[in-house]
Amino acid sequence: MDHIYLDNAATTPMSDEVVATMMDQMQHDFGNASSVHAFGRKARAVLDDSRHVIANSIHAKDDEIVFTAGGTESNNTVWMQTATVRRDLGRRIITTAIEHESIMKTANWLAHNGYDVVYLPVNEEGSINLDDLKAALTDDTILVSIMTGNNEVGSTMPIHEIGELLQDHQAWFHTDAVQAYGLLDIDVNRDHIDLLSTSAHKINGPKQMGFLFRREGIDFPSFMKGGDQEDKRRAGTENIPAIAGFATAVTALTADEKAHRQAKYASFKQYVVDGLTKAGVDFEINGSLRPDNLQHVLNLWIKGVENDVTLTNLDLAGVAVSAGSACTAGSLDPSHVLVAMFGKDNPRVMQSIRLSFGRYTTTADLDSFINALTAMTQRLNASANEQEAN
Amino acid sequence: MIYFDNSATTKVAPSVLETYQKVSEQIWGNPSSLHNFGEQADHLLEQSRQQIADLLGVNLSEILFTSGGTEGDNWVVKGTAMEKRAFGRHIITSSVEHPAVHNSMEQLAQLGYEITYLPVDEEGRVSAADVAAAIRPDTILVSVMAVNNEVGSIQPLLEIADVLKDKPTIHFHIDAVQGIGKGIPELIFNDRVDFITFSGHKFHAPRGIGFIYARAGKRLAPLMTGGGQERNLRSGTENLPAIAGMARALRLMLENESDNVANERAVRQRILDHVKDFPKVTLFSQPNDHFAPHILCFAIEGVRGETIVHAFEDHDIYISTTSACSSKKHLASSTLTAMKVPEQVSTSAVRVSLDENNTLAEADTFNDVFDQLYEQFKKINS
Ligand SMILES: Cc1ncc(COP(=O)(O)O)c(C=O)c1O
Ligand SMILES: Cc1ncc(COP(=O)(O)O)c(C=O)c1O
Repeated sequence: MDHIYLDNAATTPMSDEVVATMMDQMQHDFGNASSVHAFGRKARAVLDDSRHVIANSIHAKDDEIVFTAGGTESNNTVWMQTATVRRDLGRRIITTAIEHESIMKTANWLAHNGYDVVYLPVNEEGSINLDDLKAALTDDTILVSIMTGNNEVGSTMPIHEIGELLQDHQAWFHTDAVQAYGLLDIDVNRDHIDLLSTSAHKINGPKQMGFLFRREGIDFPSFMKGGDQEDKRRAGTENIPAIAGFATAVTALTADEKAHRQAKYASFKQYVVDGLTKAGVDFEINGSLRPDNLQHVLNLWIKGVENDVTLTNLDLAGVAVSAGSACTAGSLDPSHVLVAMFGKDNPRVMQSIRLSFGRYTTTADLDSFINALTAMTQRLNASANEQEAN
Repeated sequence: MIYFDNSATTKVAPSVLETYQKVSEQIWGNPSSLHNFGEQADHLLEQSRQQIADLLGVNLSEILFTSGGTEGDNWVVKGTAMEKRAFGRHIITSSVEHPAVHNSMEQLAQLGYEITYLPVDEEGRVSAADVAAAIRPDTILVSVMAVNNEVGSIQPLLEIADVLKDKPTIHFHIDAVQGIGKGIPELIFNDRVDFITFSGHKFHAPRGIGFIYARAGKRLAPLMTGGGQERNLRSGTENLPAIAGMARALRLMLENESDNVANERAVRQRILDHVKDFPKVTLFSQPNDHFAPHILCFAIEGVRGETIVHAFEDHDIYISTTSACSSKKHLASSTLTAMKVPEQVSTSAVRVSLDENNTLAEADTFNDVFDQLYEQFKKINS
C-alpha cells in the first residue's frame, strides 16, 4: 500500500538537495568552527555563508541570526531569558490562547512563578482582535509573543499592525514563525519584529535545527551556557551540517516559490473542499479560507465522527493526517486551539482533523484522502441507518 | 593529512552516514504523529533508545535525547537546581569543568545558589575527601566530569560515589562527553550515579545530538518545555536520523572499545615518549592511569599555543590549543590555571587528541615534524 502523507505541518521530509548538502558536509568538512586550524576555518566559512543566506530571507543582518536546536528551543529561549533579564521592568507578558505548546507550557510555568501572563482570545477564524491587545498592553509589559501563523488551523495574526503598535513601547515583540516561514514573505524591519523563531524541519530541512532572530540591541544572556559559540548567544558545538542543510532548504524558498506554494496549496484546499462537498460528506472548515492564511493547513470538522475514529480509518487506508498538532505527543486531548476558537463544549473539538500540504503533495494524494474519508463516512452512515432500521 | 583534534569533534563514521541518509529518506515522520509515518518513526526512536540502553546496560527509560553535550550539562545542572530549590541551594563542582557546566553554575550563582568549586591537584584531579568536606545539609548536586577535555585527567568518580553513598538526596552528575568509549573504569552506571551527559559528535555520530542517562526515580525539571517529547522531560521534534546514527556510532565504538583504547594509548605513548625529553617541553598529561588514552596536552615554553597549532597545520597536521571552545579567546586555559600552571606556560599549551583511526605511523610523522618545529622555535627564541 502506498502511504499518502498529508501531515506536513508536523514535519516534512528532507529534500534531496538538503540531504546531499548534509552528507557532503559530514563527509568532507567536519571541522569544529571554533578551532583555529584550517578545518575550523572551513567550517566557519560554511557557517558564515549559511547565516548570510538565512539573514537575507527575513531581511535581517547576519549577526542577528542565532542558530538553535529548533523552534522549541528558540521559543523557550525568548520567554525564559526575556522574563529573567527584564524582571525589573515589569512582569506582564502578552500572548495568545493558540500558541504552540513550546510557548504555552513555558508561559504556564512563568505564570506560576510570579509573572502576569495574558492569553488573548481568538475569534472563530483563529485570529486575535487588535483592540484586545491594546487593552491588555500596560506600561509594565515586557514581552508580546504572538505567532505569525497557527499550526493547527492556518490562521494568521496581524503581525504588521502589532509591530507598529509596539514600536514606541518597551515590550519586545516576538513572533513564532515556525509554520509561516516557508510560505510568507517575512520582513522583520517592515513589521518591526524584535525576535522571531523558525524551525528547519518544517521546510524540508533537518530536525533539531532552527534559528532565533534577535534584533541588534536586544540583549539577553545565552539560554544554553557553555562555550562562546554564536557570539556568546548559544553555547554548544555548532551543528554545521544541519546549518548548511537549513541554508540549502532556505535557498529553495525564493519569494516567487513561496507565492507559488501559497497559490498551489490554496487550490489544494479548494480541491478538497469541493471534493468532499460533491461526495456528500458532512463537514465544515475550522477557521476560514481567507487568502492571507497559511494555505498549507486545512482543519476540518467531520460532523458526528470522533477524531480517533477518523484517524484510525484514514491510517488503515494509508492516509496520514492528524488531529491538531503532532506534538500533543500521541494523546488525543482536545486541541487547545479549537477550544479557544469554539469553546470546550463544542463537538468540533473532538471531531476535527488537520490536513497539511507540502512540497511533494499531489492532487492524486488529495483524491486518496477524499476517497478514503468518503468511504468511511458512507460506511458509518450505512451502519447507523441499519441500526435505526432494526 | 593527520587529524589529531578529535576532542574538538570527530568525523562521522561512513556507516553512520549511511544510517543518517537512509532514515532521512525513508523514516522521516514525526514520532509523535499517530499515523503510520509517525508509528514507524516512533518505533525506530524507541529501538535506538533500546540499543543505547542495552549497550550501556541500563533501562530504556533512563536514556533521554538532547541536542548535545552543552544542552545535557545545562539541563542536569539547572534542572536539578529548579527541581530541588525547596531543599537547598548549594552545589559542589570542580574548578576544571567544561564551560557548559561551569557557566551554568555561574548563572545559578547569580540567582542566589552557592557554588563550591573544588581545587585540583597538579594532575587536574579533585579529591573525594574534598567532596566529603564540602557537603552541607543543603547540598543538592555534585557535578564532576569523567575526563577533562583539556588535559585528559580522569576524576575519581568511584570514590566520589562512595562519599555520596549515604547521601541519596544529593544528585550526582557526571559529564562524560570526553569519557565514553575510552576504557575508563571509573565511568560506570552504579546505583550512586544519577545523571551522565553524552555528546554524539565526539564519537563519530552527527553534530547536534546527544543524550543523558537519568537514573530511574531521579527527577529533573525540564529545560525545554513544549510538546512533551521524551517523557515530557525534553520537548522538541526528535532528530531521528541523528538519533539512529548515534545508536550505531555508539555500538561501533563500544564493540571495539578495548582495541581502540589500546591503539590510542600506544599512539599517545609514542608521541609522549618522544616529546617529553625536550628541555622546553612541559607535559600536562601523564602516562599513568589517571589519564585517558586519547588526550595529550603539553607546552613548548616560549611559543604561543596558536603558533604551534599553525606551524603543525603547515605540515597538514591538525591539533588544537587546549580546547576548541576557548581557543578563540587568547586566555590561559582554565584547566591549566586551576592546575596552578603559570600563565606564561599555559598560553604555550597545545592538545593532541586521538581517535581509534590514528596510527603509530602518524605519530612518527608527528614526531618528525615536531623535531623540525622545535629547532625552528629555538632559533626564533634564541
Ligand atoms: C508553531 C510552532 N512553533 C514551534 C514548533 C516547535 O518546533 P520544533 O519541532 O522545531 O521544536 C512547532 C512544531 O512543532 C510549531 O508548529
Ligand atoms: C567535557 C565536555 N563537556 C561538554 C561539551 C559540550 O558538548 P557539545 O559540543 O556537544 O555541546 C564538550 C565539548 O565541546 C566537552 O568536551
